Amino acid sequence: MNALSVRGLTKTYKNGVQALKGIDLEVEQGDFFALLGPNGAGKTTLIGIVTSLVTKTAGEARVFGHDIDRELESAKACIGVVPQELNFNMFESPETIVVNQAGFYGIARPEARRRAERYLKQLQLWDKRDKAARGLSGGMKRRLMIARALMHEPRLLILDEPTAGVDIEIRRSMWDFLREINRRGTTIILTTHYLEEAETLCRNIAIIDGGRIVERDRMSSLLRRLHTETFVLNANAPLAAPPRLEGFPVRLVDEQTLEVDVSKEQNLNDLFGRLSQLGIEVVSMRNKVNRLEEIFMRLVDKGVAA
Amino acid sequence: MSTLAESATAQPLHLGRVRWIGFRTIVRREYHRIIRIWTQTILPSAVTQALYFAIFGSLLGGRVGPMGGFGYMQYIAPGLIMMAVNINSYSNVVSSFYGAKWGKHVEELLVSPLPSWLIVSGYVAGGLVRGFLVGIAVTGVSLLFTHLHVQHPLIIAGAVILTSMSFALGGFLNALFAKNFDQVNIVPTFVLTPLNYFGGVFYSVALLPHWAQAISYFNPILYMINAFRYGFLGVSDVNVAVAFAIMGGAAMVLFVAAILLMDRGYGIRD
Repeated sequence: MNALSVRGLTKTYKNGVQALKGIDLEVEQGDFFALLGPNGAGKTTLIGIVTSLVTKTAGEARVFGHDIDRELESAKACIGVVPQELNFNMFESPETIVVNQAGFYGIARPEARRRAERYLKQLQLWDKRDKAARGLSGGMKRRLMIARALMHEPRLLILDEPTAGVDIEIRRSMWDFLREINRRGTTIILTTHYLEEAETLCRNIAIIDGGRIVERDRMSSLLRRLHTETFVLNANAPLAAPPRLEGFPVRLVDEQTLEVDVSKEQNLNDLFGRLSQLGIEVVSMRNKVNRLEEIFMRLVDKGVAA
Repeated sequence: MSTLAESATAQPLHLGRVRWIGFRTIVRREYHRIIRIWTQTILPSAVTQALYFAIFGSLLGGRVGPMGGFGYMQYIAPGLIMMAVNINSYSNVVSSFYGAKWGKHVEELLVSPLPSWLIVSGYVAGGLVRGFLVGIAVTGVSLLFTHLHVQHPLIIAGAVILTSMSFALGGFLNALFAKNFDQVNIVPTFVLTPLNYFGGVFYSVALLPHWAQAISYFNPILYMINAFRYGFLGVSDVNVAVAFAIMGGAAMVLFVAAILLMDRGYGIRD
């Protein structure tokens, strides 16, 4: 069964802006799915329609088979949403916020309190449970919204830029937490501007641009399509000039740093073999640009050009 | 205890249970809000009531003389209580729901499986709670100045509930339409307070010239105050049955309007 199935979804706002132009999309149950796109592409509108915060103009959407036009309550009961903007009462405490949210989904208070303890502890917010939410740091506020979205233990968790403005250490701990939730059976749809995040976490991906899906594939298949990658190599000793490596375009960034373009038909063993022959020892290597970012930019640029 | 793995499989949705717990949660949240900021929600009405009694009752009331066969303070007490109840029921819902809109936490309810009619009912119940708490406070203050005899307790209860419901629903509609905090304050200040003052809180409309009486009968608050006063004193400027028909009709029309607007997403959904 699909966790989410969308057919011909369109949205035209009152000001005439057509945010969605006939979106078709399916997300399988259990997937960790990336929904990417530039600002204004229609991601948040799509999420808004599925969660009933935005009224659609046409089309249909089903959540675990529940049509949002005919079985809205059942569809909404399946969804947990972490929105892009903070949307909790800043004067309430984290514990009150999450316990009340459970109540809105019909979870009795004793069970809601048990879940509040579990999720606030897992998201390292338990010590702050009695403080007014306005006093939390930016990262804590983001985690509070994740805890709140999990209180009714949804089958589909939609995260709209959940790690925006969160430092790298907390972001990575949030990644581990989300992986674990997904491993335990919750379908996750993630939108993010951190493409490394999408590449690391997600198995399938859709790229939306200008209100249309411009790409839909497995993450691994999409990344394989990248024709040329640029690697940054750090040498163990200074170089006077860029080495001549047949078939590999090389640029000297500084005296110990090289940039090398490697096409899909070439392999890195050849590159390292040639560098060794020239007596150049590589101490570290990285992609110049995140691979997904490179594909994303090409697809989105193509969309703009079209 | 359920786990995510269990919840990831289909669970039947018990709508009745979800709605009942959801409704209780909204009302509980409203109650805690009222209590948390009691100096803004309950205390001002009690202080204002004391001032009304001190000035209109003790200082001026002695010169006014009896009204409707009762001492002036005794006559105005039910109207003052009803004015506090209706303004507070309205204010509670308009400020709480608009605050939720402004702070975006109304989305907590909009994404939940609770239907529009239940969300409206929850906020209206919150308005009733505040109206009731303020009603008790101002009645307590009134008893410091005058005696209140209860003639028809069911009429008192019915008038309070229907009036409080109508005003809470009015507050809800105001919050849906409001685009800023100024629009939240305009109606209580420039509409409700004058309508209360001209609705017979301080006088019997029988004292007015005919043209002013005729205009007064278009003021719905006149019927609410007089029904309530009838419950205490057994006197009224209007037919009590007509008053209840107007109060019930107003509550029903406003309830339907609030649900229709909520369902259409007016003021809350793009």
